Amino acid sequence: MKPTGAQAGVLQVAGVAVELGGRQVLHDVDLVVGRGEHVGLIGPNGAGKTTLLRSLLGLLPTTAGVIAIDGRTPREARGSIGYVPQRHEFVWDYPVDVRTAVMTGRTHRIGWLRRPNADDRAAVGEALERVDLVDLQRRPIGELSGGQRQRVLVARALALRPNLLLLDEPFTGLDVPTQEILTRLFRTLTSEGTAILMTTHDLPAAADTCTRLCLLNETVVADGPPEDLRDPAIWLRAFGVARSEQLLHTLGVTR
Amino acid sequence: MIEFFTEPWQHVFMQRAFLVVLMSGVVCGVIGSHVALRGMAFIGDAVAHAVFPGIAIAFVLHTSLVAGGIVAGLITALSIAVVSQNRRLKEDTVIGVFFAAAFGLGIVVMSTAPGYGGSLESFLFGSVLGIGNRDVVTVAIAGAVLLLISGALHKEFVTVGLDRETARSVGLPIFWLDMALYAMVTIAIVISIQAVGNILVLALLITPAACARLLTDRIGRMMLIAPLIGAFSGLAGLYLSYAFNLAAGGLIVLTATAVFIACWVFAPRHGLLSHRRSSAAAAVVPA
Repeated sequence: MKPTGAQAGVLQVAGVAVELGGRQVLHDVDLVVGRGEHVGLIGPNGAGKTTLLRSLLGLLPTTAGVIAIDGRTPREARGSIGYVPQRHEFVWDYPVDVRTAVMTGRTHRIGWLRRPNADDRAAVGEALERVDLVDLQRRPIGELSGGQRQRVLVARALALRPNLLLLDEPFTGLDVPTQEILTRLFRTLTSEGTAILMTTHDLPAAADTCTRLCLLNETVVADGPPEDLRDPAIWLRAFGVARSEQLLHTLGVTR
Repeated sequence: MIEFFTEPWQHVFMQRAFLVVLMSGVVCGVIGSHVALRGMAFIGDAVAHAVFPGIAIAFVLHTSLVAGGIVAGLITALSIAVVSQNRRLKEDTVIGVFFAAAFGLGIVVMSTAPGYGGSLESFLFGSVLGIGNRDVVTVAIAGAVLLLISGALHKEFVTVGLDRETARSVGLPIFWLDMALYAMVTIAIVISIQAVGNILVLALLITPAACARLLTDRIGRMMLIAPLIGAFSGLAGLYLSYAFNLAAGGLIVLTATAVFIACWVFAPRHGLLSHRRSSAAAAVVPA
């Protein structure tokens, strides 16, 4: 049974379970991200946030449930999702410039034995403009600051002109100006209809930028607009007193 | 002076030697750039050892050394890729096991041939002056094919080199691209063994690429500079060998090493001196 993409949202996850090395990491995960929504996936370390993203990308098999991206399975949707990994996943001392790095986001689209055509170049140019890196496009990636690097990764994902953008901890370790550039960019993207799902453990930042927050700890514990999750009672209900106090502290609800 | 440069060319064996070191230098420079950027130097070393039993078997059976080396190298590379799927063992551990085994096998096979000491030495240390016409043609064809494939797969290699996980997520065949690169490294090594020998071939693969990396931050230029340095080291080493009657393989590698040291000290942006200069400049700026 496949849900139809149009009414059901760009991303539809229903009853998904994932095992890693025989251990159940996620179970009964239900999540919908519609056009123009910006959902923050929040949870402590080891909650399965990155695992969920990797399943959406088709990198990990699910043991139960259905994932639909624009009505297609992750395998079918492969190569159409914009993915922004954590910055340390990328080899920054590789000798290429910003533009080349962004263009590698389209390598599979360009195809074997082909060079980028006008459309590829236009998509890359557009992506560079969106993250404000046009002036730095000829700079070697090894000479960029942390914030500029994050923007390169976002641009590489945007070079696919994706309907769905997945980001793994995009705000971690960034200064405030860069966070603001990205927040503004995400608003523009959602206003154009892009669906965004990002993991974070910075609750205040997520509350500012996201239209909805989804609290994940092996399964979806709570899901709603940021203001609904400000109430510590939800956290208490979800995790019990002992765990939630520590969680609320880590996530910045209480200090 | 001119005679110094023209004289060696009068000998046919020197002409062949020049051609082979030139082609080996160029091919190893290009393939070696990928090896250096992927941090695969140890794999290069492993492959250099792994081709040895194939060459030994081919030598004992009087068949093509190049073909024997390629087959053995590919079998070892594949074994390493398959065995290292076992997460309990790190890849470099598996490589350590396999390449020592391959080298041991090579020596045992070699020792079945009567009076094998001399041939063993020529495989280990190169025999660039004893290269035949057929070898020159084989090196030329294999080298041309390698350069073509390297050009054809360039953007895929760069994409995987930058970010394996994302490349996998968009459906690029990571395993087969790795295999293609291993195969290319194997062939580059086999065709270069005659020039510098089994033990020193790693230097021809890695050193020019390392020099180029110090000189540029663009992979395109790196792929031009590394072959130039490789070819230059080959030619210069051969001249020195002819002039002073010393071992060619060793001199080729030492020339490349001298270029590397020069790059390490004088490279415009990443060299020792420019670091000194820029940190001195930074110290002058008032806080």
